[in-house]
Amino acid sequence: MVVNKSDQLADAEVDRIFHALADATRRDIVTRVLRRPHSVSELAAGYAMSFAAVQKHVAVLERAALVSKTKRGREQLVRGEVDTVARATELLRAYEQLWHARAEGIDALLAAERVSDPGATGAADSANDTNKTD
Amino acid sequence: MPVISSTRDPEARSLTIVCEFAAPVERIWELWEDPRQLEKWWCPEPYPATFETHDLRPGGTSSYYSTGPNGELQRAWWATTAVDKPRRIEFDGGLADNDTREPDPDGRMHGTVGFEPIETGTRMTSVTVFDSVPYMEKMLGFGHEEGSKQALGQIDALLVSAGA
Repeated sequence: MVVNKSDQLADAEVDRIFHALADATRRDIVTRVLRRPHSVSELAAGYAMSFAAVQKHVAVLERAALVSKTKRGREQLVRGEVDTVARATELLRAYEQLWHARAEGIDALLAAERVSDPGATGAADSANDTNKTD
Repeated sequence: MPVISSTRDPEARSLTIVCEFAAPVERIWELWEDPRQLEKWWCPEPYPATFETHDLRPGGTSSYYSTGPNGELQRAWWATTAVDKPRRIEFDGGLADNDTREPDPDGRMHGTVGFEPIETGTRMTSVTVFDSVPYMEKMLGFGHEEGSKQALGQIDALLVSAGA
């Protein structure tokens, strides 16, 4: 999807997005499918309009790349499309935190060794240091 | 702070972390090679890891699980693809089925870890590449909710910029 790179979007794409979001039903559909994927029939049950009309709204959103449709058995599942680059950044931040915690964990293990065996700088050294007592 | 630098590349879905530790390269290598030491830091609290098998040789595989605070269990797989002891490790990994222990077919990550001696000990550089954003999402255990909030924020921003 869009926004962070909206300056790079072609005018035609921007037109499609605004046209898609100009309709209250379509905005409502986007909100719903961003929370969790819905089948078209599930969506249709929520509006006082025909299945075909809902299907048309979904198609407009699909052309604007605001939602995507995938087959699940006999159903069509509609899901919201998020900006994958922005999402990747967010996920990498979380993964980065995991690595920070890992590095701190390693550091703590090494520090604990230094406390229990202050003369040793590492396993290779302590192995030669057979006379040392803790 | 052991982390010297951290670089995110969202388009490549990769993270590069450089750390420095006050211990020789051989000692840091042990922390990766010995499963009893590896599980002390691989999955930080409150999700400690238990390695049932771990073979840090080319073609070697490892099987481990992390246990959550409520006892929930998640299995994971690890396949060591290249080793240059004590300089470099390469491996693939991902989630595994809790019952069959088979790798999750939806995706994987590839890790490359380098070790070099420096004056104060060891510099360790870890590069992780995920093969897709949806798989990152799955591996890092994020619900769809987070993505929704972000996407709704994007739409808000779009509508605001339209009004401006």
